Amino acid sequence: MTVPIAIPQKKPQRVLPGFHLALGFTLLYLTLIVLIPLSAVFLKTFTMTWDGFVAAVTSPRVMASYRLTFGASLLAALINVIFGGIVAWVLVRYKFPGKRIIDALVDLPFALPTAVAGIALTTLYSQNGWIGRYLEPLGIKVAFTPLGVLVALTFIGLPFVVRTVQPVLEDAERELEEAAASLGASRLQTFYRVIFPTVFPALLTGFALAFARATGEYGSVVFIAGNMPMVSEITPLFIITKLEQYDYSGATAIAVVMLVVSFLLLLTINLLQAWVRKRGQSEKV
Amino acid sequence: MSAVLASTSAITGAAPLRGEPAYAPAATLEPFWVRLLLIGIALIFLTLFLFIPLVSVFYEGLKKGWDVYIDSIVEPDAWSAIKLTLLTAFIAVPLNLVFGVAAAWAIAKFEFRGKSVLLTLIDLPFSVSPVISGLIYVLLFGLQGYFGPWLREHDIKILFAVPGIVMATIFVTFPFVARELIPLMQSQGSEEEEAALVLGASGWRTFWHVTLPNIKWGLLYGVILCNARAMGEFGAVSVVSGHIRGETNTIPLQVEILYNEFNIVGAFAVASLLAFLALVTLAIKSFIEWRLHEQLTAHHAAYALNAPDQE
Repeated sequence: MTVPIAIPQKKPQRVLPGFHLALGFTLLYLTLIVLIPLSAVFLKTFTMTWDGFVAAVTSPRVMASYRLTFGASLLAALINVIFGGIVAWVLVRYKFPGKRIIDALVDLPFALPTAVAGIALTTLYSQNGWIGRYLEPLGIKVAFTPLGVLVALTFIGLPFVVRTVQPVLEDAERELEEAAASLGASRLQTFYRVIFPTVFPALLTGFALAFARATGEYGSVVFIAGNMPMVSEITPLFIITKLEQYDYSGATAIAVVMLVVSFLLLLTINLLQAWVRKRGQSEKV
Repeated sequence: MSAVLASTSAITGAAPLRGEPAYAPAATLEPFWVRLLLIGIALIFLTLFLFIPLVSVFYEGLKKGWDVYIDSIVEPDAWSAIKLTLLTAFIAVPLNLVFGVAAAWAIAKFEFRGKSVLLTLIDLPFSVSPVISGLIYVLLFGLQGYFGPWLREHDIKILFAVPGIVMATIFVTFPFVARELIPLMQSQGSEEEEAALVLGASGWRTFWHVTLPNIKWGLLYGVILCNARAMGEFGAVSVVSGHIRGETNTIPLQVEILYNEFNIVGAFAVASLLAFLALVTLAIKSFIEWRLHEQLTAHHAAYALNAPDQE
């Protein structure tokens, strides 16, 4: 690689000890715990024929589960973008009683085990639950329907958008808004010309994180979904069903599809986060 | 752009404030009804999706009084689930802690090729569905798995036994400590360690007396998050456990069994333990966040004072 301008290149000096020990241990542990086990999934699919693989991952029941999993995850992530955005805004910009406790509780879906969330939501939204009993007369059934899947996935994804937008809003320069106002912009114009472009990358990152988490979610969904094949069966559950039938190849094939999707999402998220960071830096110059 | 802004703030005499401004200029504040509406929407959303589910766990668990609640928890199967969960976390968390420190030391203190690839690989378990995290151990150690026949010959049980549960938990909680420590140690740099070495301290001594005190809050933060997930993991553990009552059931699996048997009070009583753990985790987390924030601002202030010409 040629260096166009003569900038004194910083030579990587290793003054501190322990580099080889630390990196060696890191790589060994990573290989043993993550890489070897994960590669088993791909190795297993190589024992399948191509036609067998395609048949396993495109059967009507799997297709229905993809539609539900990805559709509900998409919707849940969108709901979280809207309401999570509002929650982040309110927590950063306004003062009201109980704010600190509410701020701390936003992380509850991270800390509360999914099985607990699952049974709590199911009980709440079933016919005579605290919320379900008010929806029942309106003809809205949540528990044991695809709508229940949406509720569980919304719960699971809630902190992601709030926690990615919050720091960006905190760092956003109020002076820009003042400048916009002094130049005659209305508050609404300032919002979509100044504030929205600033938080947009963070919103998108939060959306992708919530979506990625929702597509793999299992614990909170199995209780509330009702798990009817073709109707309310999510893909992770279908993998378990295949395993229980000792169809290891079938389960693995679907798992590979899910893994590839999550790797692509991970890649997207990394690129988005790099974008957010770059935006943050260029604004501070 | 910001040069212009800097000059305007110089004219008005107001110091450029970050975070919370001391005054809220009317021009950048929404009308009262808009603020009220937004706060209202946020609170209703959080109430529906967070507060009510949380309260309902304790309410349902205590519905039939304290005696039934306590009985549900000390009942032998539930009690053995509690013990297994504690054992699992007791093995998984320290291992991931050591890994987290080693990974953070290598990544934050040194430059090397492929660092970003390594960072992505460390994050992998977060993006894998819990069900798939369990499936991989079935493929490795199950009867039809790669090591299955060998394990059976030597009469070693991994799948549907405690080792499988521990391994799946380690996999799922793998990134937590590393993820908290890497950015923290990167932001702290390595000047202090270099100073200690120059003054003649050994590598380990530098680590114990300089690095560890600097990262202790971040470390604790990672550990409590790791622990919460280790004790609460459901999907992965459910695949590898085999659901043998009193033997291979962790607390979340016990909750599932009780719930599916329509023992709702029992299920919620046991679940309330996990909900309580979640609340304690959040409390400690908020406390540490506050400490970390303090530490970082102090660090930045000290840095600005000592090395003003380095930026």
